[in-house]
Amino acid sequence: MSLAILIILLLAGGVVAWQAERFNRDLPRWISLAAIALALLYFLNTVSGLHPDSFSLSPNPTEASSWLIHYQLDWIPRFGIRFELAMDGLSLLLIILTLVLGLIAVASSWDEISFKPGLFQANLLWTLAGVVGVFLALDLFLFFLFWEVMLIPMYCLIAIWGHEDKAYASMKFFIFTQVSGLLMLLSIMVLAWQGNVVNGQYSFSYFDLLSLQFESRYSFWMMLGFFLAFTVKLPGFPFHTWLPDAHTQAPTAGSVLLAGILLKTGAYGLLRFCIPLFPEESMQFAPIAMTLGAAGVVYGAILAFAQIDFKRLVAYSSVSHMGFVLLGLYAWNSLAIQGAIMQMVAHGVSTAALFMLAGALQHRLHTRDMNQMGGLWQAMPRMGACALFFAVASLGLPGLGNFVAEFLTLVGLFKVNPWMTAIAALGLITGAIYSLWLIQKTFQGEHLHQQQNTLKDFGQREMITMAAMMVVLIWLGLYPQPVLDLTQPVVDGLQSMFPLEPIFHGASL
Amino acid sequence: MASNSLMALWLIPALPLFSAAILLVSTGRMPKPIVSVMGAGSVGLSALCVVAIAQKFLTDGKVIELTLWTWMAVGDFTPGIAFYVDGLTIVMMSVITGVGFLIHLYSTEFMAEDESFCRYFAYMNLFVAMMLLLVMADNLLLLYLGWEGVGVCSYLLVGFWHQDANNGKAARKAFVVTRVGDTAMALGLFLLFTELGTLNIQQLLSNAGQEWQVGDLIPVIATALLLGGAVGKSAQIPLHTWLPDAMAGPTPVSALIHAATMVTAGVYLIARTHGLFLLAPETLQAVAWVGVLTLLLAAFTALAQHDIKRILAYSTISQIGYMFLALGVSAFSSGIFHLMTHAFFKALLFLAAGAVIHCLHHEHNIFRMGGLRTRLPVVFWSFLIGSAALAALPFTSGFYSKDAILLSAWELPEIGPWLWAGGLLGALLTSIYSFRLVFIVFFGEAKTKPDKQPGWKMAGPLILLCGLSIIGGWFVLPLTHVFPTASDHHNVAHSIEIISIATPVIGVLIAYLLFLGRQISIANLVESNVGQALKNFWFSGWRFDDLYHAVFVRTYTGLAHWWRHEPVDSIYNAIISINQWLHRIFSATQSGQLRWYASSMVLGLIVLIALVLRHSS
Repeated sequence: MSLAILIILLLAGGVVAWQAERFNRDLPRWISLAAIALALLYFLNTVSGLHPDSFSLSPNPTEASSWLIHYQLDWIPRFGIRFELAMDGLSLLLIILTLVLGLIAVASSWDEISFKPGLFQANLLWTLAGVVGVFLALDLFLFFLFWEVMLIPMYCLIAIWGHEDKAYASMKFFIFTQVSGLLMLLSIMVLAWQGNVVNGQYSFSYFDLLSLQFESRYSFWMMLGFFLAFTVKLPGFPFHTWLPDAHTQAPTAGSVLLAGILLKTGAYGLLRFCIPLFPEESMQFAPIAMTLGAAGVVYGAILAFAQIDFKRLVAYSSVSHMGFVLLGLYAWNSLAIQGAIMQMVAHGVSTAALFMLAGALQHRLHTRDMNQMGGLWQAMPRMGACALFFAVASLGLPGLGNFVAEFLTLVGLFKVNPWMTAIAALGLITGAIYSLWLIQKTFQGEHLHQQQNTLKDFGQREMITMAAMMVVLIWLGLYPQPVLDLTQPVVDGLQSMFPLEPIFHGASL
Repeated sequence: MASNSLMALWLIPALPLFSAAILLVSTGRMPKPIVSVMGAGSVGLSALCVVAIAQKFLTDGKVIELTLWTWMAVGDFTPGIAFYVDGLTIVMMSVITGVGFLIHLYSTEFMAEDESFCRYFAYMNLFVAMMLLLVMADNLLLLYLGWEGVGVCSYLLVGFWHQDANNGKAARKAFVVTRVGDTAMALGLFLLFTELGTLNIQQLLSNAGQEWQVGDLIPVIATALLLGGAVGKSAQIPLHTWLPDAMAGPTPVSALIHAATMVTAGVYLIARTHGLFLLAPETLQAVAWVGVLTLLLAAFTALAQHDIKRILAYSTISQIGYMFLALGVSAFSSGIFHLMTHAFFKALLFLAAGAVIHCLHHEHNIFRMGGLRTRLPVVFWSFLIGSAALAALPFTSGFYSKDAILLSAWELPEIGPWLWAGGLLGALLTSIYSFRLVFIVFFGEAKTKPDKQPGWKMAGPLILLCGLSIIGGWFVLPLTHVFPTASDHHNVAHSIEIISIATPVIGVLIAYLLFLGRQISIANLVESNVGQALKNFWFSGWRFDDLYHAVFVRTYTGLAHWWRHEPVDSIYNAIISINQWLHRIFSATQSGQLRWYASSMVLGLIVLIALVLRHSS
């Protein structure tokens, strides 16, 4: 029940924030902040009530009762559709990430939104509710519902509060996600139908479908349906082209949510659904998936370097970083999977921070064009120092979270395929090129902007947000063990159920 | 007692790290005197802790190990934030904190006028902390943290005056070029962990000894990848091109990072993992050749430069070449010995050069200096002693370390004499270019007048380093248990030994005749076509920059430019176009004309009937 309350809290908070606009234009953002903070406190309280030992037990992927929390309710009994939520260490981690970044998203939109602030906060909260639902839903039908719930308010955020080219960008975002989502819906339907053929009854429950034994000529195509939906969201090469447009046009809070959390639902889906539901097909498909991952790492980094728009650069860096996730998940050993999970968290924080910086710059300079920036350190040293920190985090400096993620991923991947690792490792070099270029074009070099002296540096509110994110990255970089311990049982559970390896033909050292 | 010494151990990197953190957070709100005390004091205290640890180590000779916490644990991958201190670590820590402290002290005066005084000391302290982590790490992952950490500090300090875009460019070049090597090294780490199941250095060495044989392919690949990291960080061929440009940073930075400590990290890495390299004789030989080629190339290049710092930069590349040569011929102790003496005399030379630049309104061109012998006496004597040590003139510290390397090279069977000859030619060139510098800058007629004299904070470190550059050769390093025992007595003919000693002296004489006495004139030679071409070729650093620019930089930027507008999108745009085309065709059918609708209905009916008839028949 507590999990359902979490989602309801966010949905209801959205409605209240929306209506509160009638009374006071500043009220919605406070309500939004309060709703997320309340949800976070409620969630942490629920989690702290669990037995400490239960965190170190591996949840059996097919046994709902072995999970940390499990809640279900009949919904459409005729088709075996249930309102089924469950949480293990992975969902716990991602929900905390979601709510924390939600707070940061509200903070980043604090002074930015003047048009219909109530509706804006409502959409923000509804997106969060959808994401939390996605991380908790273990009935595939319900999962698909939440998948849509997070899509539509996000579309509105871009389409209504976006920048100059918002119509194109929001439409592109919607069509990419929707088309791939429909392919997943098709796969879910076929899967449930297969279940009916084997067991004589419909069920959309993850736990039932996971233990389903069937040989089907459709299974490869079903896997592909899931894979496409999640890879478009991730986004993996070559399905990433919606992302730079969506990011560039989205308001700052939208970019923070998009990069910080929404992309992670793709990675989560691959790990939770796509690979476990179709383990053998996935391992056969792994060479292709990993090739797309490695291509994304290098391609994203080269295109990031090619951009002159600050936000576009960061968007392409996300494409590059998410390539590591694809590689790590399909390498399917615990080092690489842990690396991929760590990447989800670390990238969520570092990229959200970079988008906040982009938003702050745009707010002050009214441009994202880096050719019109330069030498901003003199006017805004604090902002420059923050940008420098998150740029070196994004290039994978050891001691910060992103390094742990990339190193674990690559060291796990190396056992599976050294050549793929070598290609992906090029991302370390190319990552350095675009990150340092970003700093050079914006904060270093000569003064280019005319209003140099009137620019306002980061104030206290911004510095507190930034400092919090820095602390998280340093903590993840120097002592990631709490996070690793949280997800290790989940990874172990999956590994022991599907002790497989990606199938390569003649590619060992 | 044990806990006291362990306390001192973790304080060694922690003191400069905390100081850096406080300085960074204070963002320039602290008064300069306090910044000076914190910046230099933290490194000084750290040096005292090193003395305490060294004393303990030298009395009981026991390796000190300390695990602070497990960094991350996934399965059997369990690297720790853990230290391993043996004789090699002691030597490295002493150099880093000792020379580091002197350079920090010097900086308090050198940088006194700079508005970013606090930021400077924050970066410098962070660098010292990272460098200490690098040498104290008990596993390669923590070593890699220090390795990348010093890289970033180097980037920050090379580009310290970031208002000038050229400095930023030099800083990025330094970082990216070394990152190429670092990536090779990371791959080496992956391979070592996959094959040997650990990244703990001592375990790696013992596992490798059990599982690998001399002549196996895997150790050759693994060590070659580590070598990639080493040549990047230590500016050896083919990744040496970043170091001369890195001189864009403040001169004390060049002294600390780009002469005394960071650039020797590659030497340390190979020495630390020498057990792996001994299993891969092919790689070890490659190390020797890289060393010889680099030391010759850089020495020739140094002859043609006229920027005082660039001459010293190329000389650093060249001297690290000697260290690589030593490692390559398995004379690990000699390599580390040269690392230490080089740290003394090269830091001295850079600080002296910094004093010259400081007192001559930022003048870098040696041909606009001259006659400074009487005007800046302390600096002159520092430079003279430093150059003597660099040239390896007898009884200076550089003499003992370089001589040991040359004799070890000679003793290697087959290729030994070739390596020795290369090293000897390098030694001749070294003494020519270093005394060319001394004669042009400090003798002859004065061209620019100094407008100030170095104060005690600059002169003090110079004098102390002068002492170290002279007596450093008599230090006995506690390395006997670290490396396989090599005999101190070189079994070589006296003639070889005499040639090795005499060569630098001859070099000084040549330099005297060419640049001071002017008894011989090579003007005609230099002015000739061949002479000009050769001089330009050397001046440009053998055109490496042009080559890399054409092959790598232009390819990469060209690719980026070509792909700028997202080629993948053309697939999706094609889908859009097809849809629009279909849309146009179908909307054309919706013409609103009744006869068009009627005739198409009739046509459809006919087709339908035809199909039905065909099926039924």
